Amino acid sequence: MYGQRVPHDIYVHVGGIDIIRVDAESFYVLEDNARTPSGVSYMLENREIMLRLFPELFARHRVAPVENYPDELLATLKSVAPSTANSDPTVVLLTPGVYNSAYYEHSFLADKLGVELVEGRDLFVKDELVFMRTTQGPKRVDVIYRRIDDDFLDPLTFRPDSALGVPGLMSSYHAGHVTLANAVGTGIADDKAVYSYMPKIVKFYLGQEPILKNVPTWCCREADHLAYVLDHLEELVVKEVHGSGGYGMMIGPKSDKATIAAFRAKLKAGPKNFIAQPTLALSTCPTCVEEGVAPRHVDLRPFVLTGRDRIRIVPGGLTRVALQKGSLVVNSSQGGGTKDTWVLDT
Amino acid sequence: MLSRTADNLFWLARYVERAECLARILEVTQRVTTLPLAYVGATNEWESAIETAGCAAAFASNYPEANEETVIDFLCFSAANPSSIRSCFEIARTNARAVRTALTVEMWDAINGTWLELKRFGNGPTSREEFMRFLRWVQESSLRFDGSAYRTMLRNDAYWFSRLGVYIERADNTARILDVKYHLLLPANERVGGPLDYFQWAAILRSVSALTAYHWVYRESVKPWLIADLLILKDEMPRSLASCYSALVQNLDNIARAYGRQGAAQRKARAIRARLENSRMEEIFKEGLHEFIDGFINDNNELGTVVSEQYLM
Repeated sequence: MYGQRVPHDIYVHVGGIDIIRVDAESFYVLEDNARTPSGVSYMLENREIMLRLFPELFARHRVAPVENYPDELLATLKSVAPSTANSDPTVVLLTPGVYNSAYYEHSFLADKLGVELVEGRDLFVKDELVFMRTTQGPKRVDVIYRRIDDDFLDPLTFRPDSALGVPGLMSSYHAGHVTLANAVGTGIADDKAVYSYMPKIVKFYLGQEPILKNVPTWCCREADHLAYVLDHLEELVVKEVHGSGGYGMMIGPKSDKATIAAFRAKLKAGPKNFIAQPTLALSTCPTCVEEGVAPRHVDLRPFVLTGRDRIRIVPGGLTRVALQKGSLVVNSSQGGGTKDTWVLDT
Repeated sequence: MLSRTADNLFWLARYVERAECLARILEVTQRVTTLPLAYVGATNEWESAIETAGCAAAFASNYPEANEETVIDFLCFSAANPSSIRSCFEIARTNARAVRTALTVEMWDAINGTWLELKRFGNGPTSREEFMRFLRWVQESSLRFDGSAYRTMLRNDAYWFSRLGVYIERADNTARILDVKYHLLLPANERVGGPLDYFQWAAILRSVSALTAYHWVYRESVKPWLIADLLILKDEMPRSLASCYSALVQNLDNIARAYGRQGAAQRKARAIRARLENSRMEEIFKEGLHEFIDGFINDNNELGTVVSEQYLM
């Protein structure tokens, strides 16, 4: 991707920004998800279920709607079609298939967007153009909202054993005949080591302080940071820079001596693979659990859509909740749940 | 629409239809085998069931002999048989899941519910009563799916492709029943085998749910040449070859009109229908019922291939 321009210079068409709140006034960006952030179907379905179960609540409070998200997403995707596409570009959603854990979301979104849900084998590349196989013959594809990782996109460029991808897709992409949303290589932007430089990046490029603060982060590749981290392991959260889904992390105050010792060894062996952050008091939200209603820790992931014309964001997002008492891990892969999120119209 | 989506819809409908056909064949087999030998002769009906299902070779490589136990296992519950009722429902459900957005909620509920309920029957029935309940349930599941499709789908290409699957499979099934039993169906001028054959003829009619229909159409006792007429040439009989081909031509025409283009599939279906329309039973018997049915099965398979090449790949 080095030296490669992408259509309209937009890389992250769909961003999922994880935000936490530590006191009445302070919000922090915990993580940026710039690859293929998921969970938006839960935002939409949670709202539908709440509307059905608690119509009275919605009548009393003016809750800003989120149901136009698919519409905004489609407008965003159409706006970034390559210049060679015709005036009504063809958008598809590329899924790894039914065995992917997010397949429900893929089919749900394709349905709401009114676009074809395609697998790699439905697409082919000819003369640097991408086509899908339809009952009426090949049909050109202009924008691919892909929910497959970079590595699997094109077996000719990336993993040769990928059966999920489309051979030659990258040649079409390089020629500027197809838009991939998100762009290839955006993982660099949500790398946890890069995250630690984000305030400086914002300041350098925009000439202003970020509105949302970053969580203070020690980047273990730097010697003085590493020394501090090793001295304070019991009170810090240590994360692998490439980790996601709540895997490969250690929460100091909640870990036993053996785990801490294991991470100490890992840190010394490969410091540049890790970052560390203070253990934050994530805000809590009343949650129905077996014993009744109890506080559980939450974070919030709003979805930010960036198109050629403008940035769109619906007033809401995915609130993830750690269902285990005291747990700070909200990831669904670790048993986390989700909640409807209201933005009140005042 | 995506070729893969159309292909999935086509096969989804085929597999559900196939499961229903198998259930009906087994119901009739079970019934005939309980008759005293003096009424049906010493035939191995279980072997006929395997032949009708078109999987004699696969069966022979899995079991030493065809009897009630082995045939029921192979045709209903075997995971080794890709066309067992269980496999049919499992493949149908996998296909449905892959094209979830092309189905209506009612269709999805029908096939997903069937798949979930399938587990209730475990690896086979513990009694003949339970087996009968199972066969009824299979047929009801198919009716529910088919009815959901009929009542809730938009009348567009998705619907038409799924109907093609139903009718190609149904035509194949009726033709196979005829193919296995052709020696019982004799022309009007030949000596009829006596009361022995009545139960076999009735079984053929039952296996396509047509025993009552037969009496309404012909208003006379069961005659083998009329059974052949009903199952091959009678347009008003919904499982007859003629009726299946009227429906196939119609659905293919709908697709051609929507896409603005005729192709090999339309021509092939029309040619097969014309042959059925222009045939009379006397001629078919004269030239050999067996040859006629064999030819039809080949033609029907070819139509499946042509549809696939034209639209589904």
